[in-house]
Amino acid sequence: MLTESSLDPANAIYDATVLAGDHWIHQVAQGQTLRIVDLEGNQAADTLFYNAHHPEDRYSACDTIRNQANLYLTTGTQLISSGGNALLTIVADTCGRHDTLGGACSRESNTMRYALEKEYMHACRDSFLCGVTEWGDGFLGKRDITCNINFFMNVPVTPEGKLTFEDGISAPGRYVELKAEMDVICLISNCPQLNNPCNAYNPTPVRVLIWD
Amino acid sequence: MAEGSTTPDSVTPPVLYETVIRGGGMWSQVIKRGKTLRLTDLEGGANVSMLLYNADQLVERYNMPDTLKGQHIFFLTAPFCIHSDMGRLFCSITADTCGWHDTVCGCTDAAQVAAKYGTKTYQEARNDFYRNAHDNFLIELAKWGLGKRDLVPNLNLFSKVISDEEGNLTYVPGASPTGSYVDLRFEMNTLVVLTPCQHPLDPSPDYAPKPVRLTAFQTEPPGPDDACRLSRPENERAFTNTENYYRLRD
Repeated sequence: MLTESSLDPANAIYDATVLAGDHWIHQVAQGQTLRIVDLEGNQAADTLFYNAHHPEDRYSACDTIRNQANLYLTTGTQLISSGGNALLTIVADTCGRHDTLGGACSRESNTMRYALEKEYMHACRDSFLCGVTEWGDGFLGKRDITCNINFFMNVPVTPEGKLTFEDGISAPGRYVELKAEMDVICLISNCPQLNNPCNAYNPTPVRVLIWD
Repeated sequence: MAEGSTTPDSVTPPVLYETVIRGGGMWSQVIKRGKTLRLTDLEGGANVSMLLYNADQLVERYNMPDTLKGQHIFFLTAPFCIHSDMGRLFCSITADTCGWHDTVCGCTDAAQVAAKYGTKTYQEARNDFYRNAHDNFLIELAKWGLGKRDLVPNLNLFSKVISDEEGNLTYVPGASPTGSYVDLRFEMNTLVVLTPCQHPLDPSPDYAPKPVRLTAFQTEPPGPDDACRLSRPENERAFTNTENYYRLRD
């Protein structure tokens, strides 16, 4: 559902740009609002969330899907953790549909999906590993890299059970906004994938803002 | 031969192991590559929630998105494959009389079971007390040194859930008749963790998880013309990755 926000970027307490291929990890406190902006359009923002105090309680694609009996995320969606708790709620969305099934690219999965020779290409799960390593010694690691959200990505499923990666339905300046229901850690990999249309073959920056 | 099967029904290799897991029960074992596990829905309407890990390197695990996007599918059946998060395969589905296995709905937890079916404690019901897949997974995972950080989206064998164009999900009752079975031929040494609990979107108001029979037998390694290997170019490359992994390890 398309919903605009009334929040003014001039009043944000945090405002940063994440370049294509970079990672971003940051704590968002309970009650704060996080906005992710697709600055140039059709850019997948691969995103994971963790309970900041108990990171083993983390975003769960299946629990989120089951809770709303729907595959796609938009305004009103509660992001549910593996422990059954509400992590964040989507409160504004000018894109209309975000993916829960496509996961993140990895160097290993690129060899499987495209060609063994694609192994050298930078990929989201390496960015995720950089992010969890950066967050603190042993606090997070590979075991914490679970199946992520792809904001702004379009992965339609047909009634016959086919799944495809389609051109994005996002456009320059579209955004999604989430209110934190508890203190959370947000980990974003701004996707560097060049082998499919998830970034329109041209990865571009995203902007992240936080309001109290 | 069953629909979608690459294992003739008439040729049944010697059984290495057989057991029945009652509804609400749980099971975890390592199955070496080259062996096949057949799961049989004994009464019809079973659901088996399942997780898979590389037995030699437990941090490698079943990956729902790689399995789906590698094969452009939203469900599993023969001759598709079940992928790890490292570009490799845990197993191939060499036979399937059911035709659709859910990959996206996760599993029941204590709160869902209490809300849907009420509560029945061990104190009052002894071994008929109400169990849930989430807690059963954690019990079995703990025996292998694993825990909450290792819980990822699981498979739901024998359950069919379809999506409309808007992403709304519908559980399809009766998708698995009595006696339906699925064969998993292991391509990697795999820790299999499973629990036959009701599907989280099963609308039945009754707590009635169904039993499943597990049968293991030895199978031939997949040749160059194997139906699962050739089912998708992505699967061919995942077979290559898996075989290269063992070429270095063995």
